[in-house]
Amino acid sequence: MTALLEVSGVSKSFDGFKAIDNLSLSVAEPELRAIIGPNGAGKTTFMDLVTGKTRPDTGSIRYGELSRDLTRLSEAQIARAGIGRKFQQPTVFEDQTVVDNLTMALASPRNPLTVLLRRPDRRARAAEVAERVGLQTHLDHRAGTLSHGQKQWLEIGMLLAQEPRLLLVDEPAAGMTSAERERTTEMLVEAAKDHAVVVIEHDMEFVRRLKCRVTVLHEGRALAEGSLDHVCADPRVIDVYLGRPETADA
Amino acid sequence: MRLFLAIVFLFTLGLPAAAQQDALQTALQAHGDQIAKPSRRTIQPVLDDLAASGLDGMPAFLEAWAAKEVVRKEADGLFYYGSRDGDVYVLRSVEDGSDAGTVGRRDARELKPNAGVRKLIATALVQFQLNDPDPDRRRAALDALSRNPTPDLLAPLRASIEGEENRAIRDRKEALDRLITIRFGDDPARRIEAIDWMADRISLEARAALNAVLTTDMVVGDPTEDANVARLLRVGEDLSEAEALARLAEAGILPDTVSRADRDAALIAAIRNNAVADRPVATLDTEEARWAAYEALAGDGLVPPRPPADAVATLIAQNPIHAVYDEPDPAVTAAAEAALSQVEARVARAQAADLGLDALSLMSIYFLAAIGLAITFGVMGVINMAHGEFIMIGAYTGYVVQTVVPDYTVSLIIALPLAFLVAAAAGVALERLVIRHLAHRPLETLLATFGISIALQQIFKNIFGTQAVPLTSPDWLAGAWVLNDVVGISYIRIAIFVMALLFLALLVFILRRTRLGLEVRAVTQNPGMAASLGVDPDRVGMATFALGSGIAGVAGVAIGLFAQVTSEMGAGYIVQSFMTVVVGGVGSVFGTLAGAGMIGGLQKGIEWLNPSNTLAAQTYMILFIILFIQVRPRGIVPQKGRFVQ
Amino acid sequence: MTDAAETRPAASLGRKYPGGVGAGPHSDLRVGAGPHSDLRVGAGPRSDLRVAAGRHGNADGARRPGLAGRTDVWMMLAALALITLIATILAQTGVVSVSFVKLLGKTLCLCLAALALDLVWGFTGILSLGHFAFFGIGGYAIGMWLMWDRTEAIVAGTLARAELPPTALELQEAIGTQIFGVVGSSDIPWLWTFAGSLPLQLAFAVLVPGLVAGIFGWLAFRSRVAGVYLSILTQAGTLALSLWLFQNDSGLRGNNGLSGLQNIPGLEHLPQSVISLWFLWASAAALGAGYVLAAWVVSGRFGSVLRGIRDNEARVRFLGYEVEHYKLAIFVGTAMVTGLAGALYYPQAGIVNPAEIAPIASIYLVVWVAIGGRGRLYGAVIGAAVVSLASSWFTGGGAPDIELGVYTIKWTDWWLVLLGLSFVLVTLFAPKGLGGLVDIWTQRRATRRDDLGPDQGSKRAEEETP
Repeated sequence: MTALLEVSGVSKSFDGFKAIDNLSLSVAEPELRAIIGPNGAGKTTFMDLVTGKTRPDTGSIRYGELSRDLTRLSEAQIARAGIGRKFQQPTVFEDQTVVDNLTMALASPRNPLTVLLRRPDRRARAAEVAERVGLQTHLDHRAGTLSHGQKQWLEIGMLLAQEPRLLLVDEPAAGMTSAERERTTEMLVEAAKDHAVVVIEHDMEFVRRLKCRVTVLHEGRALAEGSLDHVCADPRVIDVYLGRPETADA
Repeated sequence: MRLFLAIVFLFTLGLPAAAQQDALQTALQAHGDQIAKPSRRTIQPVLDDLAASGLDGMPAFLEAWAAKEVVRKEADGLFYYGSRDGDVYVLRSVEDGSDAGTVGRRDARELKPNAGVRKLIATALVQFQLNDPDPDRRRAALDALSRNPTPDLLAPLRASIEGEENRAIRDRKEALDRLITIRFGDDPARRIEAIDWMADRISLEARAALNAVLTTDMVVGDPTEDANVARLLRVGEDLSEAEALARLAEAGILPDTVSRADRDAALIAAIRNNAVADRPVATLDTEEARWAAYEALAGDGLVPPRPPADAVATLIAQNPIHAVYDEPDPAVTAAAEAALSQVEARVARAQAADLGLDALSLMSIYFLAAIGLAITFGVMGVINMAHGEFIMIGAYTGYVVQTVVPDYTVSLIIALPLAFLVAAAAGVALERLVIRHLAHRPLETLLATFGISIALQQIFKNIFGTQAVPLTSPDWLAGAWVLNDVVGISYIRIAIFVMALLFLALLVFILRRTRLGLEVRAVTQNPGMAASLGVDPDRVGMATFALGSGIAGVAGVAIGLFAQVTSEMGAGYIVQSFMTVVVGGVGSVFGTLAGAGMIGGLQKGIEWLNPSNTLAAQTYMILFIILFIQVRPRGIVPQKGRFVQ
Repeated sequence: MTDAAETRPAASLGRKYPGGVGAGPHSDLRVGAGPHSDLRVGAGPRSDLRVAAGRHGNADGARRPGLAGRTDVWMMLAALALITLIATILAQTGVVSVSFVKLLGKTLCLCLAALALDLVWGFTGILSLGHFAFFGIGGYAIGMWLMWDRTEAIVAGTLARAELPPTALELQEAIGTQIFGVVGSSDIPWLWTFAGSLPLQLAFAVLVPGLVAGIFGWLAFRSRVAGVYLSILTQAGTLALSLWLFQNDSGLRGNNGLSGLQNIPGLEHLPQSVISLWFLWASAAALGAGYVLAAWVVSGRFGSVLRGIRDNEARVRFLGYEVEHYKLAIFVGTAMVTGLAGALYYPQAGIVNPAEIAPIASIYLVVWVAIGGRGRLYGAVIGAAVVSLASSWFTGGGAPDIELGVYTIKWTDWWLVLLGLSFVLVTLFAPKGLGGLVDIWTQRRATRRDDLGPDQGSKRAEEETP
């Protein structure tokens, strides 16, 4: 188990508000990791930092065998390096068909000239991915006409089609039925067998089912790390995160 | 003046009443023949004497004399003002202009002083005018003097300084004294003193006087011992080769250069049997062949030779060309050079100040034009491309008010608030009818407002015609505040500056101290949160649109006062306004101010570097802004909130 | 190519499995995938979900690579051929005037420019308010050759009658005086260095717009200027260009522009009636080729990426596409096509001057595309044709005045008002524009065909499912 992603001493503040404060984190390949934390803990900012959407003020984010510094790469370069991201809200291209969405995501050359001139038929590969996420009957449907759950699956399909090494999944179960959640869980566990998968979630039940290492974020810092039971036993964690609902219950 | 009065007083005392009545005639009769037949060489003492008499009627007599309106009766030799009427002269007394009957054409003679004498008379007159009790006449005399200064007027001018009581006129006289001294004075020390004094001035007169001392002439060959050499002129830097050749030709060192036209004319004249100097005409289709043919003709002595091409460079090198001052005294020219450089430095500083004023006024205009756009863009995230048309609506409102209310001051006072109301109403209508339906679709909003802009322009063109209509400013705004010959600013621009300051203060007050301002800021920074806190974004949008459009209307009146009011006037401001918003930072009043300042300053700055070409200035400015966006994509004062991820 | 290299070392999710955990293909991730029906949450009646087959583009394009499956391409080519043929016949028989043929040819050039703008705006979402500047640049480039060559011929003719045979210098000077006399100069600016060469000037008509668009686009896109900011910057750039051209010392004859472009050097012996037809054919051919090219560009993955950029730029980045490169490519490419359109237009118009490049011209281009329906290629063509022809009809006094008793509506005065307001209405109520009408028609046909079914890929897939 070598570290695929090495986040060390990263800080980021917006107009004085410290979203991420001296965060260090390491994800191996393969590994399934859940990042939990209350609202405003910096979970999404963490993802933005890794995928290059925002740049850290200090610290470094290294990736892969060559330890490439992600803070120097563009979003597209990071994506091509093998980091895939699934957004919290399904963001598929609603005006385009399922197969177009998937074709765009399929691992293949990305530079404009190649894309324009070399046009192999990738429909079969796209259909393969669609089948995996259960959309094979919707290949030529416009993504905009899909249901919310189907869009989530399409988005997951696009993530898979990218063939990434590191999957960043932001609240995958949001808005899903319990059957769908179960399926999602199994899929993530399966994928983590030979990939690095980072799941951001605040649904504790969902995280529990992943049975994986958990990092608790709070105010931009890693508060605790370990198994879910371990972190749940941590008094600080109980204080900032689990404490509140319990007192509410009491 | 006092001296003059004293002399008059003495005369009044010293002469008997009867003699006093025809004192002028008496004084004239003392030099009767010389006045009747003046000669340039001999008249000066007479004039001096007449001037010294200090009689009240003397200036009038001298003027009439110079204007050939004086006649002398043959019989008694008395002088009269006279005009010819058929066969007789109608006479008036020289003392008081009273009617003095008529005299036959042959019994009197018109006085006709020649040009030289008239000039001397005029000079003598000047000293009267310079001492005239009426300040306006004194000023007129000084104006005439500064337009056409002559050395002989120096003495009367200096004499008049002593008695001058009006401070401003006295300063003017002293300045003029020095100006004339610099140019015509014969005492070098005094001239240098005057030149040094000039170094503190920046008037055009001062610069002209100093430049007059520093005129040079080009002298070919080594200058003579006593020549006051300014500098050696280098060919290619100080003067072109063609000029140098012309100078050498003038000095007889080289033959005249032969122009291509001359050459061709000579060749055509020399065509014999379809050939020139044994060369067939058909072969003369290159410049080299034509010159060769010409050389051949010159060799035969048929045409004047041209300067030998190979010797030109050496001849120019052997015959240096110097600029030599017309003024022989090196001390004077040195002082003038030093003074002129001081004056020019001062003029440059004054020009910079003037440029600053211009930039400030341009900034006020851009601020007024852009602030409405900035507010609506900041609050609603939409670009209103019809914003320029609100400026136009404001200007036309001003025009319509002027056609109804003839008094310009009153109409302006009515027009300003009315333009605000009309433009604000148009803005609210636009917001409710179009923009609200395109919420969160900025590009569509931009397009739809373009459509409105096209339609509005054409509607106004149909109503008011394609010709520009006048929006006249009241008289008290018509002038300019002039600091000196270089720095000045028109009152309209000052008024616009004040207006921009007022609106700045008003906006800052509204945004910081009122409920609306609070809501506007809330919506600007986080529309969703604002809405959930009970702020009605529609109401805020409408209010900001009314405010922004209203200010554009007022800006329209202001702009219309100094620029043309046409249906297209708004279109000229929309790009500039948007640039102002972009450069300054969206949604910030002070950002817009900074943007306006930067664009105004930049435009004036580029115009100053390249004054001949205001079109190019705009081009460069736009290019600069495109580059500026590279460095600061969110403007000088970046907005916090909505666009911050 | 680097991106391909980068992707490869990354473990390929799909391909690793066969040799990996031993799970069969696909089955690994279809954990618990029972009947698919449970995933089709909220799927309404099937017909709602089905993509209308008539929707040009990806639905068909993906299955049948190439353009053969695109009915709109064939229809457009057929329509162009038909229009050209009819116009030629009518012109030969003298039914329509030379100026009408020219109007038709010019309109086709404008359609090509609108098509290019549609690629940039309708497909990629970059609202360029400056594309007409490229049109103008193309016109200037070709106009320089037309003017130079013709002036050279005239000057050579005049000088040949002189008593001495003309020298090269005399020719240059005479041309300079002839062309630049109106701006008080006789020197030939450096811009005109290659004005005597048709191939070079033709190349410039395409390359200079490409270069200008490249520099501008590179600066703008790399600093991520987008949306209204970009639109206004393009407008400002256009304004800067037209102001620069308005100067007398720009080297392009200031506000006089280039004139007499309808006289084609070397073709003086042909009447305008013939030349106008030639240009009509050339314009139709250019538009046809442009349409095919555009249809090819927007089909397949490249088109998907463009539309993706329009709809969600950030998402496309996270898929690994360098959005800026795509934007730049389409911006430069369309600028070049627009330049070519301008090069064909101005010899028919006869004059090109800075007013042609003024920002309002680019806005009209946008208006045409919007009214025609952006995001669909035929929409741009229809919009440009309908609106510019209507514009000529109304402003040319073709439309009858309307008597209202107290006021007479003269269309020469009110056409712009009508255009502006209809533009607003289209933006507000019919964002699909005239092209939306085509949609309604094809969708009705498509639904009917849907029921017949066997060709529908999705249906077949359903049937295959065990």
